[in-house]
Amino acid sequence: MWELFFAPFVEFGFMRRALLGCLAVALGSTPLGVFLILRRMSLTGDAMAHAILPGAAIGYLFAGLSLGAMTLGGLVAGMIVAVLSGYITRVTALREDASLAAFYLISLALGVLIISIRGSNVDLMHVLFGSVLALDNAALTLLCGITSVTLLSLALLFRPLVLECADAQFLRSVGRFSAATHFIFLTLLVLNLVGGFHSLGTLMAVGVMILPAATAQFWVSRIGSMMVVASLVAVLSSYAGLLFSYHFSLPSGSTIILVAGVCYVVSTVFGPRGGVLQVTRAVRAMEV
Amino acid sequence: MKYALAFENYSLGYNRSPALMNLQTEIPKGSLTAVVGPNGAGKSTLFKGVIGELTPLSGQMSFGEIGGKDIAYMPQQSEVDRSFPISVYEMVAMGLWKEIGAYGAVGLKHHNRIAEALSAVGLDGFEKRIIGSLSGGQVQRTLFARLLLQDSPIVLLDEPFNAIDAGTTADLIELVKRWHSEGRTILAVLHDTEAVRLHFPRTLLLARELVAHGPTKDVLTAENQFRARQMCEACSGASDMCSRHVA
Repeated sequence: MWELFFAPFVEFGFMRRALLGCLAVALGSTPLGVFLILRRMSLTGDAMAHAILPGAAIGYLFAGLSLGAMTLGGLVAGMIVAVLSGYITRVTALREDASLAAFYLISLALGVLIISIRGSNVDLMHVLFGSVLALDNAALTLLCGITSVTLLSLALLFRPLVLECADAQFLRSVGRFSAATHFIFLTLLVLNLVGGFHSLGTLMAVGVMILPAATAQFWVSRIGSMMVVASLVAVLSSYAGLLFSYHFSLPSGSTIILVAGVCYVVSTVFGPRGGVLQVTRAVRAMEV
Repeated sequence: MKYALAFENYSLGYNRSPALMNLQTEIPKGSLTAVVGPNGAGKSTLFKGVIGELTPLSGQMSFGEIGGKDIAYMPQQSEVDRSFPISVYEMVAMGLWKEIGAYGAVGLKHHNRIAEALSAVGLDGFEKRIIGSLSGGQVQRTLFARLLLQDSPIVLLDEPFNAIDAGTTADLIELVKRWHSEGRTILAVLHDTEAVRLHFPRTLLLARELVAHGPTKDVLTAENQFRARQMCEACSGASDMCSRHVA
């Protein structure tokens, strides 16, 4: 029991660091994920995660695998895409999902290209899939800092944000919160994706945002409880994923996301709110 | 004549293509006015201008002696995300925004007012229901309860009676009449001209510009309505040309 569940973290410092890093990312990202899903913006999260890649790659081009340069690059690129994609949707006839897909395909290609110019495949893997087992003090501080800022901002912004989602027109009619709320939300999103990219990589960072939130949808109906359930799922996935990856020598990032994925798939079947079983039962009850 | 809203050569539009042009009129204080016109006539656009979501392309709007902006606005139901998981109580409580803002607590006094508003719209016992589980009529009652709490001198209703059952419509019209008797200025976008004739003393007929404004029986003539339809068809072509030219 001890050997299986606790020993890896007691014996190895890198496992403890990995756990702390993952928990920080999980706690900060999942509440944002809940809002993303409720606002039908999952694809936006995906596009922004990809958009961070070329920014981080440019940072890498100038400074190598430096935390500061890659974080800054990622932040700038993420914000540019957040603003641009909104703008493109407003001024062109292209539907939002199409313009987002275009954005993230271009970003991904560009990012991979820039890193390949100077770096090795190892570096590329590092950026794409993160390095949760090699988090240093600076990276951990950054991750925990981002999470603290996120949770604090969400607490301050909660009421306007809920209203912005449920009835944006009304929020606009009572004050000037609407635009600021949306912008701060996007900023938090970029911050967390950049944080997630250090631990899980650009491609996986969205996973820990979306999957637990999607899972929670199948179990509870109130937004507060969704955030709690989603955070629990994310924390559990981080812990279980790290254990699996340790015992079976699997890559940590993908294992964590896969554990969250299993939670999601199980929920789609057994979830009491719109799960497959519940829906079939409801249909059968109506037929009888 | 005391006015609640005055428009002076007022034009609104999206992306530089005008949706409502050169509106020049005054809405009398305490009046109950239906805003009528064909699709795309600029009715909802006018409301977005009044609440300040759109800035005018030209011209000015002024609030009579009410001064600052204190408007209760009910968007079209389609603008409300009914799948978002918030309860009837929370939705209605947002009507207190002016008093509690983003951080204020809902106190006992507020709680009682919310309960009163819910019972005024016939939604007793619905407090904990999620809005997604309500019928269209019940959602509309929820939005009306929120308006009650806003307690504003100017009330804007965008298609308040669209796609809801007759019983709900009758109840909500009674509420509108109560507001009218309290001296509030009410503007409502409506499609059902029968309802307008029955319940709304004044009408503002739009077709991308002002067609007519005054007592309902003078405005809702067959001739005016025909002219509005024609103007809307004619100017939709013209404005397309305009926007192409700009692009």
